[in-house]
Amino acid sequence: MPIEVNGKSFETDEEGYLVNLGEWEPDCATVMAAAEDQELTENHWEVINFLREYYDEYQIAPAVRVLTKAIGKKLGKDKGNSKYLYELFPYGPGKQACKYAGLPKPTGCV
Amino acid sequence: MATKKFMFLNRKAPYGTVYALESLEVVLIGAAFEQDVSLAFIGDGVYQIAKNQNTDGIGMKNFSPTYKALGDYEVTKLYVEKESLEARGLTLDDLMDLTWEDEDDDYAEKPSIRLVSAAELAAVFDEQDVVLSF
Repeated sequence: MPIEVNGKSFETDEEGYLVNLGEWEPDCATVMAAAEDQELTENHWEVINFLREYYDEYQIAPAVRVLTKAIGKKLGKDKGNSKYLYELFPYGPGKQACKYAGLPKPTGCV
Repeated sequence: MATKKFMFLNRKAPYGTVYALESLEVVLIGAAFEQDVSLAFIGDGVYQIAKNQNTDGIGMKNFSPTYKALGDYEVTKLYVEKESLEARGLTLDDLMDLTWEDEDDDYAEKPSIRLVSAAELAAVFDEQDVVLSF
């Protein structure tokens, strides 16, 4: 089902992930989040931007465990733990944050 | 869940067939479930971790950067068969610099690639619970 962002239409798959990763713009995340009654704070953007950088470098969306560790290394232990990440993204930091970031569902995520 | 030793044997060139990519995806899934995962590269499989891959001309995604994420997944044992490398006129310098960080050693970067002879590789296979060939 396509989503409408700034007057443009973006194709998504049945779970709401963008079909064409290259099309992503920040407002896609805002629109997806609003549909789930989720407000995006600076802390959310920090994770979203981190995921985009990770994908750019490694061409994959990391599994939650890997994401947690990598965030801890880059942003500090107070952020690199599942409690913090699940508070930000209650539907799962992998699934939900990757979706907002315009990435595919993490490999190994069921 | 009990941990098993999984070995993924990679025998084919990275592009042209889907084996290499499929193997890599199952490796990431296995590692996400915290299994003890090793990889072996023999035959044309050694090309999967060659440096400077460029897929512009064949319209396929260059997934070689993903091998660099294996260390993050705690996949730190990548066995490369010496004979296969030599038969193709390659050396370790032609392979990507694949490393992992040892948390127990102040995050020191350590090489993941282990160059082994066919005989040494056979011994590694002997220790595995599961061997999957791609």
